Amino acid sequence: MLLWILILATFGALVAFFGANLPASLRARVLAVQGLIGFGFILFILFTSNPFDRVWPPPPDGQGLNPLLQDPGLAFHPPFLYFGYVGFSVAFAFAVAALIEGRVDPAWARWVRPWTLAAWCSLTLGIALGSWWAYYELGWGGFWFWDPVENASFLPWLSGTALLHSAIVVEKRDALKSWTVLLAVLTFSLSLMGTFLVRSGVLTSVHAFATDPARGVFILALLVIASGGSLLLYAVRAPSMQGGGLFAPISREGSLVLNNLLLATATATVFLGTLYPLFLDVLDAGKVSVGPPFFNMTFVPLMVPVIVAMGIGPMLAWKRGDLPGVLSRLWLALALAAAIGIGTLIAMGVQSVLAALAMALAGWLMASVLVEWAERVKLFRAPLQESWRRARHIPRSSYGMSVAHAGLAVIVAGITASSAWQTEVIRQMRAGDTVEVAGYSMQFEGVREQRGPNYISRQGEFLVTRNGSVVTTLTPERRAYPIEGDTTTEAAIHTTWLADLYAVIGDGNAEAGWSVRLYHNPLVPWIWVGAVIMVLGGLVSLSDRRHRVGVPERRRARPGPAMPAPAE
Amino acid sequence: MVRRLAYLLPFLLLVIVAGYFLFGLERDPGELPSALLGKPVPAFDLPALTGATASEDGMNTDDLTSGRDVKLVNFFASWCVPCRAEHPLITRLAGMDGVRMFGINYKDAPEDATGWLQRLGDPYERIGADRTGRAGIEWGIYGVPETFVVDADGIVRMRHAGPLTPEIVERELLPLIEELQR
Amino acid sequence: MKRFWAAILVACSLLASQSSLAIRPDEVLADPVLEERAREIGKQLRCLVCQNQSIDDSDADLARDLRILVRERLQQGDTDDEVLAYMKARYGDFVLLKPPMGPVTYLLWFGPALLGVAGIVAVVFFFRRNRERPDEPTLTDAERRRIAEVIGDRPEAGGT
Repeated sequence: MLLWILILATFGALVAFFGANLPASLRARVLAVQGLIGFGFILFILFTSNPFDRVWPPPPDGQGLNPLLQDPGLAFHPPFLYFGYVGFSVAFAFAVAALIEGRVDPAWARWVRPWTLAAWCSLTLGIALGSWWAYYELGWGGFWFWDPVENASFLPWLSGTALLHSAIVVEKRDALKSWTVLLAVLTFSLSLMGTFLVRSGVLTSVHAFATDPARGVFILALLVIASGGSLLLYAVRAPSMQGGGLFAPISREGSLVLNNLLLATATATVFLGTLYPLFLDVLDAGKVSVGPPFFNMTFVPLMVPVIVAMGIGPMLAWKRGDLPGVLSRLWLALALAAAIGIGTLIAMGVQSVLAALAMALAGWLMASVLVEWAERVKLFRAPLQESWRRARHIPRSSYGMSVAHAGLAVIVAGITASSAWQTEVIRQMRAGDTVEVAGYSMQFEGVREQRGPNYISRQGEFLVTRNGSVVTTLTPERRAYPIEGDTTTEAAIHTTWLADLYAVIGDGNAEAGWSVRLYHNPLVPWIWVGAVIMVLGGLVSLSDRRHRVGVPERRRARPGPAMPAPAE
Repeated sequence: MVRRLAYLLPFLLLVIVAGYFLFGLERDPGELPSALLGKPVPAFDLPALTGATASEDGMNTDDLTSGRDVKLVNFFASWCVPCRAEHPLITRLAGMDGVRMFGINYKDAPEDATGWLQRLGDPYERIGADRTGRAGIEWGIYGVPETFVVDADGIVRMRHAGPLTPEIVERELLPLIEELQR
Repeated sequence: MKRFWAAILVACSLLASQSSLAIRPDEVLADPVLEERAREIGKQLRCLVCQNQSIDDSDADLARDLRILVRERLQQGDTDDEVLAYMKARYGDFVLLKPPMGPVTYLLWFGPALLGVAGIVAVVFFFRRNRERPDEPTLTDAERRRIAEVIGDRPEAGGT
């Protein structure tokens, strides 16, 4: 919580510092809203979770750090998440300020975008880190469980992504204003709701910490005041915010509307699935579980049209697009997708139809990103010099888009392959035993004890060879931490960047042998590599100088008296 | 006008969701209602704890479907700390008129269970030894201790998961037993 | 009572972290087809102790017992649905990770589709309303250039 407030205050300070070019009234209102939120949270920790309470008697060796946190992946996961959650408070503050003022214009959207983008990048990284940590720490190679707390972080991400895209329409075409403001309020509300869910004990989760109904009531009050207040304001003010630019359904704006429609539906789906058990329970209508099977059946199909549209949208013109023209120019992407799909079917067998379809989609997305860029630079249709010149002049935000979309293609491929074609071997092995895993030969060398700085570990050793030559040695461990009284699993992972070899050791002894689990996870590193690529795309976009509010125009002399310039 | 009302929807939605959250704070999401409520006791046949003092032949379904009394079935284990905490209450309930106390020893070593009962006292009329935990699954338990109230006809009327406390006994158990005895 | 559950929760998070093995070698069935079915069913059953993992993923004792039970039922010839029904009879709907389809869960299962349709309807209305508004005045080239000068924008190539 202290971290929450620190980040909230930091963002407020950043807005004050970088927002020098904002109109004073807007800046004042934004900072006021930020301040109010901070005030609410400071009250919260003062009254319900004072971090400065004394621990009596003071433990002689300290309380030790939870072994789960003694790990870089998990140590960085919360700060990035919080930067994301709290970063959306800036978009929220901008939205509320705009509602108070009664005005949303393209300049507003241009100011909001960099803050939303920064928060979005951080949240993406935070979620990816959490997923990666779960993968390498928890020992069965899974990375997403649709656990309520995971969903609580995913909801603002989905809505934040929708916000990023709809803000573009406000900026470029002065349309979708009230919807964008609503999204900004919604995204931060979802962040607040996530905070509530994790700390109140209302939903069960392996992740839930500090569960306490007293805290829950307080955060609920915060949520109601902040969200309720702003949504009420929205109901009053938004009807008078009329849209500006008109556009045809088939157009760049239209595709962004589609994007928002699909993402909003996805957000609502995850929301419904996560909270349904609570709803039924409160109504005394029974206890049901909503787990991965539900989300796989509802969320995943929604993503198919999203990915298809992602290939087409960026190529449509503003105001009125030429769909047949665009589709015909995308023939290459379509052909490539089909080739990948069929190739996958052949390589992996007919039962992998869904996986082949998913791989084809990933291929479609990647190929269409490349086709879009190639078209922009007139690759192969103009001299290379010309293409190079064009490439240099493409705005960074466009490159950001391309890179981020490409990152998603990589993620989809990673998720598909690792879910569909994982090889798992569960065995009892004695020293000297060998087992084949996906073409790799793993020879078990036995187990020995090691001492770490604050733990004792039981370490197994596997010699991994392929076609006779040694690939690596895997040393999975089980660690016992005496002070904290915990044990952890350290899986041994060897990545070829095209797949992971993953080994876990369990109980046993030298005579009966040891329980081991060995995996080959194809393309699983692509999940996190893809996430990093997405974040890079966001950062590239963020570095577009048109977004850097407050950076003064150096080279060009301004005509006449200085005017309050919105950007540059 | 309709459009204006549509803009109010998000706010209304928030109010509804917040209302659910507020009521949800009082509930325990991990507490499960038993699937056996209102149904006859499951079929089971358990051997005795070897060396246990109060029971020779173990315990099975018939024990719970015969007689006119209210029966309580308590799942316990020597390795279970809350079981020890609730033991005095179990003993007190076992001593009540018209109430018969049965115990199922869940996933325990017989010597450990016997020792535990010798130290704390054996309140059970009969004890079944569920070494594998399979009978527990039949009863739908998901931890120990758990206590079931079975009426004279062998229908399960109540399940309490977790240790009994004086409040639970006063508020829920005793009124139910009284009602069933009428 | 709350402490009981808190203890269970803590135990589960610890167990989750140390689950080096959910499924142990001695549980794996010899028949790969049956084992595959057992895994699929296992993914649909909730571990009631840890509650946010399937029995396949959970290290809890009860999860292991249930995994063994699932395999036994399969070996005795139950269909997948029969095994799930068997578990549901003892533990209620809560044990199924895929929520049942019934009046109580219609909103859950049909909600997403309904919302999607509602969204499409809203979008259609939006476009209809757009068409009824007069088109915005367009700028002349001279005006466009002046604006670009003032805000210091570079002339863009095509749309962005």
